[in-house]
Amino acid sequence: MRAADGTPLKIKLRQAERREVRRAFLLIAPLFLFIVISFLIPILVMLKNAFYDPDVVNNLPQTTELLRQWDGKALPGEDVFAAFAADLKTASKARTVALVGKRLNYEIPTLKSKVTVTARKLDKIETGPWTEAVIAADPIWKDVFTWAVVKRAGSSITPYYLLSALDLRQGPDGGIERTPVERRIYLQVLGRTLSISLLVTLCTLILGYPVAYMLAILPQRTASILMIFVLLPFWTSLLVRTTAWTILLQDGGVMAQFLHISGITWIANTLGFMSGEPQLFKTRFATVLAMTHIQLPFTLLPIYSVMKTISPTYMRAAKSLGATPFHAFRTVYVPQTMPGVAAGCLLTFILCLGYFITPALVGGGSDNMIAGFIDTAMNNEGNWGKSSALGFVLLTATLILYYVYNRLIGIDKMKLG
Amino acid sequence: MKKLSILFTAALLAGTAFAASARAGDELTVTSWGGAYSDSQRKAYYEPYNAAGNKITEAEYNGEVAKIKAMVDANAITWDVIDVDSATALQGCAEGALEIIDWAKLGLDKAKFLGADVSECSVPTIVFGTVFGYDTSKLKDGPTSISDLFDLAKFPGKRGLQKNPTVNLEWALIADGVPAAEVYKVLATPEGVDRAFKKLDTIKSEIVWWEAGAQAPQLLADGQVVMTSAWNGRLQKPIDVDGKPFKIVWDHQALDWDLWAITKGTPKMEEAYRFVAFASGAGPQAEQTKYIAYGPANSDAIPNVEPKTLPNLPTAPDNLKTAWNLDTQFWADHGDELKERFNAWLAK
Repeated sequence: MRAADGTPLKIKLRQAERREVRRAFLLIAPLFLFIVISFLIPILVMLKNAFYDPDVVNNLPQTTELLRQWDGKALPGEDVFAAFAADLKTASKARTVALVGKRLNYEIPTLKSKVTVTARKLDKIETGPWTEAVIAADPIWKDVFTWAVVKRAGSSITPYYLLSALDLRQGPDGGIERTPVERRIYLQVLGRTLSISLLVTLCTLILGYPVAYMLAILPQRTASILMIFVLLPFWTSLLVRTTAWTILLQDGGVMAQFLHISGITWIANTLGFMSGEPQLFKTRFATVLAMTHIQLPFTLLPIYSVMKTISPTYMRAAKSLGATPFHAFRTVYVPQTMPGVAAGCLLTFILCLGYFITPALVGGGSDNMIAGFIDTAMNNEGNWGKSSALGFVLLTATLILYYVYNRLIGIDKMKLG
Repeated sequence: MKKLSILFTAALLAGTAFAASARAGDELTVTSWGGAYSDSQRKAYYEPYNAAGNKITEAEYNGEVAKIKAMVDANAITWDVIDVDSATALQGCAEGALEIIDWAKLGLDKAKFLGADVSECSVPTIVFGTVFGYDTSKLKDGPTSISDLFDLAKFPGKRGLQKNPTVNLEWALIADGVPAAEVYKVLATPEGVDRAFKKLDTIKSEIVWWEAGAQAPQLLADGQVVMTSAWNGRLQKPIDVDGKPFKIVWDHQALDWDLWAITKGTPKMEEAYRFVAFASGAGPQAEQTKYIAYGPANSDAIPNVEPKTLPNLPTAPDNLKTAWNLDTQFWADHGDELKERFNAWLAK
């Protein structure tokens, strides 16, 4: 079959379809570009920092080049020491010695100042032999392990940051081992982040589900008024709500006074549950409480909007067929709300993973979540490698959980209303 | 009606002209630590400086050196002059985030400044002591030494400490019997670190951690703690201004500097130098002691300090008896390791 101008109809149709696709693509192009530029690229750039650290190789180019051939058994030869001295001289002119020291210091504490001091001493020396000169500047350069670390750090792709985000490190022989027990922290923090998030999600579900149900079955006019009570906190800044909890929960604050006046403190003391005034502030309890309060609307609203779409006739039909109200609710109503429950819980859980202000303000010393550590590494320590690695671990853990969730519940069943 | 609109236009024009004339002075952003300390700098430095036709915008931080570094790396400098502590000065200078100071350009005599050798990238402004203080209305027969801070039997109750291993580990060792002069030697050994954390363990359950300098006096005022560590000026202010019944314990205070630094490559280099030179002058330096009890770094300012303020300064002879200097070089080297360990310890 041919079209009016003589081209086969099949080709004509394909052209028209292609035009449609192109037009559709142009329509989504702004959003697509926005996501790529403001979301995907920054994330990839940040993740790159978890593996990639060229500070040592850039500032000790000759040394790292020579060390590649070094077997790591005995002290490197005079050529390496000479290259090291020359590299340090160049670096100290460019004021970049500190970058080398900073990176090496992560693995061998004290190297930060030792590198600087060595560079300063070598600046005054014009001729070799360099082995003696470098070792005279600081005896740490006599140590084979020091050079093993320089060699390791001298490759711009490094597993160091990711390993340390998992409480692991490379030992003297290059094998992977756990960090000393008193410095192990990040796995624990990751576990804590996941468990607090899970607990908060559960609490919001338990509290939010009945409220959503009530809002869904009440007459529209009443429901709209009650909805304001849900939405008002939702519109208030997170910081304000967290600070409000600080005032309520602090020692001698509103909550403590209430417990005291109402006699609950006295009863708990008499029964031996606790001694003295209750510790509410700066505890895990306060963290979960404040986070639950903040996250409640995020769980509740998707459930509510799904419930609104469920026709009351199903329940009536179930009852007319002889089901008790509870049985009808459990077997007919609840399964239909699951897409909303799934959406609300996933939303809250993922948002919880990124909390750091609330745990820092109302939580105790052992309630800091992983985002808080990412912030400290980035802002206070200037350790971008560590913060990227922690971010990478969190992202991976989230994606794994998402995968499991998808297998168990199915993301296609999720519905926001 | 027409008259009114002419009047209005004239007023508008006059306003613009005024704004333009104000803009002829220096405009720059000065970043400091907030709270009572920034208040004192505002009164002693910024207000007189602004009165001379300049315009200072204030910003606040908590010593996050990485923020300065990121600004310099991205070449998006929004802070021109920064009040740094010596650790930040050292790290910022080494990593190329701060300018090397040209004292000749400042027109100041370096020899007159205490702590001028802390870093080549900074001009000292004040000496401050990390001390601890208590509420005399709560503790009648109050603590007198650093060991009392660690003594729960003698002084039960919560204590505030900065959420940072610095000073806390040193104090723990001193309270455990290590002479102040040997603290850093001991702390450089694994056994010394264990010992310090073990001592901190004894009060861990009663510690309330503070992060920003203004939180410490607040904790004490709210009755959240019976005693707290704090920077001395932050504790002195509620005593002087609000008549709070706080008392400072000067035993084994940790001395450190606050210094002016200029962000590397700031487009407002000349303005920054002019401001630092002004703020480091003997007059404004003495003026600042009226608002906060920190020791002026410019020794020319000392004779002009009001006699009633002198005993409250960390540099007063009585307060210096057991004082020790914070070793920033030690912390530059061991900070990574000890901070990680401190965080792990906190989480336990």
